[in-house]
Amino acid sequence: MTVAATGAPRPILAIEHVAVHFGGLIAISDMNFVVNEGELVSLIGPNGAGKTTAFNVITGFLKPTKGQVTFKGQSLNGLKPHEVTSLGLVRTFQRTSVFEKISVFDNVLIGLHRRTSASLFGTIFGLPRERRQEKALREEAWEILRLVGIEHQADELGGSLPYGDQRLLGVALALAANPSALLLDEPVSGMNASETGRFVALLNKLRANGKTILLVEHDMPMVMGISDRIVVLNYGRIIANGTPKEIQNDPDVIQAYLGQGVKHA
Amino acid sequence: MKRLLPYIAVAFFASVPLWLQDQYFLHTLVVTGIFVIAAMSLNLLLGYTGQLSLGHVAFFGIGAYVSALTSLGFSVEIFGLQITHEPWPAVIGVLFGTIVAGLCGYVIGKLAFRVRGAYFVIVTISFAEVVRLVSLNWVELTNGPLALPGIPPLTLGFEWTGYATLWGKAQNYYVVLATIVLAYILIKRLVNSPYGRAMIALRENETLAVSVGISVTKYLVLAAVLSGAMAGVAGGLYAHYIQIIDPMIFMFLNTVTMVIMVITGGKGTLAGPLVGGLIFGIAPVVLRSYVGPEVQWILYGLLMILIVFVLPQGIVPAIERWFTRKGGSASASKPAGLVLESSKGARS
Amino acid sequence: MDQLFQHLVNALIMGGTYALLGIGLTLIFGIMRIVNFTHGELYALGAYMMYFFATVLGLNFFVAIAFAIVAGMAMGSVIEFTLLRPKRGADIDTTMLLMIGAWIVMQNAEHLIWGGIAKSIPSPLPEAPLVIGPVSISWLRVMVLVVSVVLIAATYFLINRTKLGKAMRATFQDGGTAALMGVNVNAIYTTTFALGSGLGAAAGALLGPVFVVTPTMGDLASLKAFAIVILGGLGNITGAAIGGFMLAVAEEIGAGYISSGYRDAMGFLIIIIVLLFKPTGLFARSERIG
Repeated sequence: MTVAATGAPRPILAIEHVAVHFGGLIAISDMNFVVNEGELVSLIGPNGAGKTTAFNVITGFLKPTKGQVTFKGQSLNGLKPHEVTSLGLVRTFQRTSVFEKISVFDNVLIGLHRRTSASLFGTIFGLPRERRQEKALREEAWEILRLVGIEHQADELGGSLPYGDQRLLGVALALAANPSALLLDEPVSGMNASETGRFVALLNKLRANGKTILLVEHDMPMVMGISDRIVVLNYGRIIANGTPKEIQNDPDVIQAYLGQGVKHA
Repeated sequence: MKRLLPYIAVAFFASVPLWLQDQYFLHTLVVTGIFVIAAMSLNLLLGYTGQLSLGHVAFFGIGAYVSALTSLGFSVEIFGLQITHEPWPAVIGVLFGTIVAGLCGYVIGKLAFRVRGAYFVIVTISFAEVVRLVSLNWVELTNGPLALPGIPPLTLGFEWTGYATLWGKAQNYYVVLATIVLAYILIKRLVNSPYGRAMIALRENETLAVSVGISVTKYLVLAAVLSGAMAGVAGGLYAHYIQIIDPMIFMFLNTVTMVIMVITGGKGTLAGPLVGGLIFGIAPVVLRSYVGPEVQWILYGLLMILIVFVLPQGIVPAIERWFTRKGGSASASKPAGLVLESSKGARS
Repeated sequence: MDQLFQHLVNALIMGGTYALLGIGLTLIFGIMRIVNFTHGELYALGAYMMYFFATVLGLNFFVAIAFAIVAGMAMGSVIEFTLLRPKRGADIDTTMLLMIGAWIVMQNAEHLIWGGIAKSIPSPLPEAPLVIGPVSISWLRVMVLVVSVVLIAATYFLINRTKLGKAMRATFQDGGTAALMGVNVNAIYTTTFALGSGLGAAAGALLGPVFVVTPTMGDLASLKAFAIVILGGLGNITGAAIGGFMLAVAEEIGAGYISSGYRDAMGFLIIIIVLLFKPTGLFARSERIG
């Protein structure tokens, strides 16, 4: 089903001995896991387990207290978030996922930032190369909007879209940055069933295009249905790492979720 | 109609010296035009990156002083070293003024963008104040409070075209008008390019902008450099037109004037600084015969407060909204001032 | 060496009023998140009110100081009520623009009312200076220092030892929670703004008789207050007090040993240097108020 399944798994993202302390509070302690190329891995766990913190560390928004993250064999330690993005590791956000006061189309154009090599000189003087690039960018933006399925709302403001479509636009924005690996932070939280269905279809499309995806999500049926592998976090520690089937039968996981009160699973 | 508007405006303003009899009013227009350029440069920072620079007059003044000194020549002693500079043509002066102002923009950008918000504002004010005090106290170079008189007017042309020295008001008027048109085109291209979009993205949501690979430092510093350089051009034009400058050029009220122009017209819009600049450039002349300068300033202050309360986005977006509503467009609810200009082309 | 002592004593005296100026501004920023551009005008207002009560009306010198402070507080309340209260929750840029507008109005109104000519306020204190060893200080300046220290101490007491101060500190920590706990946040904001304004006016009333009173005297005062506040860390009251004295020392040393023309530049150089090396201010810690 996945690209990786056809050959030996090749790790693209590795989290090694990562720990995050906020003062005396340990948000993550000694986290280790690998995401292989083309895989869809979900990071789950009760609230406060450290999922978003893990995302922030991986994408350079937060410095780990210990350990390191490597992406395509390169250490991300000390890189700024925009530099991490430039390597092809792009994330979405739980809350602020779109530019609210900017049109949907321009949102995607902003996302395409990394795709141009327009020079300042050429831009100011309106040279042909820059004009061509700008035109190509616009085509590209349309393509992404069509891929995500919100092209009919291109002229709306980002913030005026229905909730589900805003999440889609958030993904479009991330896709525009040309990621080889995509980190999605609770993309379907707050979506209704049909919106979630659309989103799962989009994820499957992206996987068919060979994108690696790391997902933080609470929606258990969706996670179980779509993931190749699931990593379970509790109190900043990995308590399980395996296929959906393995996870469903893992006593530690059941304990962790029952202790919190299960919503979906 | 909307597409034609800039051309109509340029044609109209180009015709003004042909029929305007009042030379004093023409002079007012030249000075207004120079301030419009400065306001446009401020808009690049304040409007498009969202950083309020309250020391903007420093770039303007530096442009003016560097340009004046380059064309006048000077001789100063620094640490026992005598540095003498022979007068160069005024055009080279403006060029140097632009470059130095741009460099100052770079330094301030690098320095100030590590801190933002209130700190940025205060750093920029301090910078302007330091520059003012230097211009006041480095008498050997700047002549201090006694002013730098006899600055030569601009001379344009090449060896094969012959030279024209801009003594007249109308000639200067056209140079300023041409500069405004150039600056407008430049900003328009910038704003509708990946560069401008990066700046706007940083203004709207920095975290999200960074997550798609936009470097905060790179684009904010770039905006500061371009903004500083453009203000420097305005300063250079001012020095060679007025032909005398003194440290009063660095007055904080000059910055405030630029800020009022941008805010009133509409920050983050292309036409905002033009509209605001025209209003506040001409208002003093109209008001002068009725009230004294203090009352005028009181009125400006009150107007600024009023604008914040009534038209927080400025005049231009308000007019645009009014027109779109009249046109019955579905997008009437858009806050026009915050939408990228390119969004109109999205359908194409 | 003797000269150095004299400079330091001068600095100590200026430092007191600078501290008042800084505390007033930082209080308002700390609690309300407002960059108060009218601060210098409240300082000028204090000086003009001092001139009005002490010189025009001929009231007792100390009574005049008290009245000037009250006038500053009243003006502060008016600004808070008319401009800031309706825009509660607006972003910092919006309130900054409002404050710039108010500042322009106030400065030009002063010009209109009092004219552009500098006013001087004669002091009732003995002309002969107080001489201690190599150092001589005018009695007026001694009085300025004493009154400033008393006012600083009173502010500290108010914030750290009274119920009002407690409510202010709670609002500073978290306005929303303070409101839930039954603190009238709106009243706290107005009080804070009035208090900060009163301190600014106090600095003006004290320095008015030392220098002269002009409509533009507020500009430099505002900018110096910013320098002090940045030095101490935005919102840090102790930092502002120390920052006030530090700025005064830097100015005295700058004026005494570099050139008197650059006295006023010291504050801005300090701002730039501090922000370059320690953007959060010299005394930034979790303790920021009281």
